[in-house]
Amino acid sequence: MGIADFTFYLFAITTVVAGLFVVVSRNPVHSVLWLILAFLSSAGLFVLIGAEFVAMLLVIVYVGAVAVLFLFVVMMLDVDFAELKAEMAKYIPMAGLIGVIILIQLSMAFGPWATAEGVDLLATPNATPEGAAHNTAALGAVIYDQYFLLFQLAGLILLVAMIGAIVLTLRHRTDVKRQNVLAQMYRDPAKAMELKDVKPGQGL
Amino acid sequence: MFASDIAILLPEIVLSVFAMAGLIAAVYTSKDGMAPALVWLTAALLALMGIYIGLTGEGSQVAFDGMFINDGFARFAKVVILLSAAAILLIGKDFMQRDDLLRFEYPMLIVLATVGMMVMVSSGNLMTLYMGLELQSLSLYVVAAMRRDSVRSTEAGLKYFVLGALSSGILLYGASLTYGFAGTADFAGIVAAVEGGASLGLIFGLAFMVAGLAFKVSAAPFHMWTPDVYEGSPTPVTAFFATAPKMAAMGLLARLAHDAFGSVVSDWQQIIALLAVLSMFLGAIAAIGQTDIKRLMAYSSISHMGFALMGLAAGTEQGVSAMLIYMAIYVTMNVGTFAFILSMQKDGRHVTNISSLNAFSTKEPIKAAAILILMFSLAGVPPMVGFFGKYAVLLAAVDAGLNLVAILGVVASVIGAFYYLRIVYFMYFGEEREGIDGKMSPLAYAGLMAAAAIMLLGVFNLFGVDSLAEAAAATLVR
Repeated sequence: MGIADFTFYLFAITTVVAGLFVVVSRNPVHSVLWLILAFLSSAGLFVLIGAEFVAMLLVIVYVGAVAVLFLFVVMMLDVDFAELKAEMAKYIPMAGLIGVIILIQLSMAFGPWATAEGVDLLATPNATPEGAAHNTAALGAVIYDQYFLLFQLAGLILLVAMIGAIVLTLRHRTDVKRQNVLAQMYRDPAKAMELKDVKPGQGL
Repeated sequence: MFASDIAILLPEIVLSVFAMAGLIAAVYTSKDGMAPALVWLTAALLALMGIYIGLTGEGSQVAFDGMFINDGFARFAKVVILLSAAAILLIGKDFMQRDDLLRFEYPMLIVLATVGMMVMVSSGNLMTLYMGLELQSLSLYVVAAMRRDSVRSTEAGLKYFVLGALSSGILLYGASLTYGFAGTADFAGIVAAVEGGASLGLIFGLAFMVAGLAFKVSAAPFHMWTPDVYEGSPTPVTAFFATAPKMAAMGLLARLAHDAFGSVVSDWQQIIALLAVLSMFLGAIAAIGQTDIKRLMAYSSISHMGFALMGLAAGTEQGVSAMLIYMAIYVTMNVGTFAFILSMQKDGRHVTNISSLNAFSTKEPIKAAAILILMFSLAGVPPMVGFFGKYAVLLAAVDAGLNLVAILGVVASVIGAFYYLRIVYFMYFGEEREGIDGKMSPLAYAGLMAAAAIMLLGVFNLFGVDSLAEAAAATLVR
């Protein structure tokens, strides 16, 4: 067993175990932390197959942004996870049965798996040959050239997501006093203050 | 190369740019105050694009290496989608304003959803298919939850979102299996790879993808979300759900079935035929107990999708053409019916209970007659146009040897006629009671009357839709 195989099994087992703990751990914060571990080890798997750009993306986007967002949501929302789990436990026998049936059916499909002619050649991963474009550059060429249309459509989908978030959550509350920076800056001491000379013993 | 690609995608690009420009313009000016003007502008642009596509397109072109197909089939579907979206925007405008729901994002989201639908019916690649589908679905989830202070509307949006996400997952899984078999995501490549017969794995992929799309057309047994979402969403949004997205999803299903799996027709034919039979019966029987007209229309749409799927199940050019005719008629009928449902109100409040239609004919004979025509047409009673849609799909099914499906279709159609006729019964023979006011905004009135007139006048030649649909189907089925 070479060092590559060893690292593969290390990362693979860590990913699966971490994934399991995401589901079974009692404390949701622990779940998120296990999720981060799962992301990190799958990033390791990506490095092993030579896709270092995707690995970095996984770390930056998923660990850096998504998982941290999860952590915030878990800590800020007052969700009773124990109750949710108890609710879920009712459905586990049925869900398990259906899951097992689908699993058996799928294994029947994958057993005699056949691909169309000439597809096997595509299936073997094409290791980056010497002198070819760098991983990142190759991805860029594909996204901005071959898949330009899909990339733009993905942008539109993200725009819709943003509009949706704003439409569904933004409320202009009128009963809240807001800070008006410009008004504060343009305040004139002469207008804002009035000096009164109060004589002793008289009052205003 | 690139310039010609852009030229092919021009309508989609114009609409996307319009959506972005409209958003920015509204944000920097009077925000929701601009919404009514934006609705007019959007409807005009959608209709203009529909006319443009209908008049200019010729032949079949592909853009971006076959990812985007512009052929007669896509253009037919796009014209239906664009015109119905424009009509729905207009008939729903006064309702949205009255209920203080008309925010400037609404027309823009409708435009973006329409762009997604146009991409769907033009997709030539599994990835384009998915992108179009998501763009459409995501916009629809948002508009379903538009009335955010209502629990029903929020629930509708959330339910739609969760089930829609699940169906997208199923669809993607099927797409990955198909890709694993064919080694390419291009429909042209898939159809070539499948030529020698489908392996078991590919059939799994096909079944998963059809199941995912059946969610989107709300075909039984994947229809569970439909009544709740229809009932909970604001009514103009419900009207939108019942028209353009249905056309888009049926178009996408037809394109996938014929463009990507055209060489294994017998493999998907049985799945679609089963979906068709289940939908027709479920829609017909479950609607009988409904008292809410929006829920009733939801079951009605499930039943109608069953008939359209029956045309598709024929697996022939005639079947696709019948499906297109059926969808065009269905969309028109629904625009008219929803124009009326939008105006159902009593003392300024929107009511959706069908018993509020009692004795409507004595109050408003002309409107009642229009509803009568639409209901007869929805039920498929000759000589209304709705009958010819049903006739076309039944003929296609019989010609393709699906006699049993066709017979079941006729039976379901008879069962389904009951609840349409019950609405007519309430209007004409219902006991005199405090019913709806019967006031209609001019736009909704125009929509109702135009749809009813089409249902009557189209009897002579269906306005040539049948020959257009035949030409469109010929470009899809080879």
